[in-house]
Amino acid sequence: MADPSTPSVATPEQRTAAIEMVLRRQGVLQDGFVDSFTEHADDAWVVANGAKMVARAWTDPGFRSLMLADGIAAARDMGFEFPEHHRRFAVLENTADVHNVIVCTLCSCSAYTILGAPPAWYKDLNYRARVVRKSRTVLKEMGVELPPGTEIRVWDTTTDSRYMVLPQQPPETKGWPAEKLAKIVTQDAMIGASRLDDVKG
Amino acid sequence: MDGFHDIGGKQGFGRVVHPDAPHDETWEPAVRALSGCAVINHVYNMDEFRHAIERMAPRHYVAAPYFERHLTAIATLLVEKGLATREELEELAGGAFPLSGPIGPGRPAAPPQTFAIGERVRVKTDYVPGHVRFPAYIRGKTGEVVAVTPPYPFPDAAGHGMPAPMEPTYDVRFRSRDLWADACDDALNHVGVFQSYLEKA
Repeated sequence: MADPSTPSVATPEQRTAAIEMVLRRQGVLQDGFVDSFTEHADDAWVVANGAKMVARAWTDPGFRSLMLADGIAAARDMGFEFPEHHRRFAVLENTADVHNVIVCTLCSCSAYTILGAPPAWYKDLNYRARVVRKSRTVLKEMGVELPPGTEIRVWDTTTDSRYMVLPQQPPETKGWPAEKLAKIVTQDAMIGASRLDDVKG
Repeated sequence: MDGFHDIGGKQGFGRVVHPDAPHDETWEPAVRALSGCAVINHVYNMDEFRHAIERMAPRHYVAAPYFERHLTAIATLLVEKGLATREELEELAGGAFPLSGPIGPGRPAAPPQTFAIGERVRVKTDYVPGHVRFPAYIRGKTGEVVAVTPPYPFPDAAGHGMPAPMEPTYDVRFRSRDLWADACDDALNHVGVFQSYLEKA
């Protein structure tokens, strides 16, 4: 096999173009598909979806119960897409004593229609290798310092079930409307790499 | 397969680079869209795609950015499915096009058995030549079933284009100390595990 770092290897752009050409020639790829798929992914599969779900869970106890019992039903109730082949969406509730964090050690699976495209660090080998075994250490390095008594739960995405973390609402934000709360919920918090400790009232 | 992708718990990896550095590669959204196109049109399924990534030469896998792994898998499957030859791809790309290594045999699901919530289970000490979706860090380890989760196509068969019946999965909780003794941080490790991978403890 050619060493991919040798100069004779085509660039990723060239290799992508070659794949596109083959799929087009074979009649699999229709004109405009790449642009329309990308536009849809960028517009519809965004962090704001998860943030809106979290904000609503913080302000609407009925929705919170639904979300914790059946994340797919909660996502669809908000009008968000959830792929049919992902048959479970587990919403993991952080509390004062429990901290949840999500990973996919074997590849980089995520609930991308709700949390948006995963960040580069989530897909990085360092995170995939270490967070399952050195969870408290890795979280601390990422800015999440947990009290010694906090139970850490690490969720490895090995099947087509998907996960998101329901962060604790920062006490400074009690009484805020859902629209304002949604703006403080980050992708990191919904993966478990933040507890929104830096949010000020 | 015990591939280089199966890195959960491996040591020697460094700090997670967080938050992400700015990043804008125009070919990456195209790769995402092209793979979406291939899956929608049943050129391959997600397990075949994941397995094609796992079969990359380790040197290439580790060095390649996330979406280069994807484009390598797509191209490999185009060749294996007869939609293109390697020579065509290299001619279209204008240079060498490194592909993944050859595919080995898949395997059917194990005879049905059921596990109850609260039951202690052991992950079988299976060494699998083909695609498999349990991470090596739980092989032979004992945990507790905490939830019965939805069935999915059995990956070890689906990843090889074999008929893949729906197979129950379980949310199995392990103690990190049972996985890595005292060489880890305290945590509960949740892994989604297919029924065929489990036996009663």
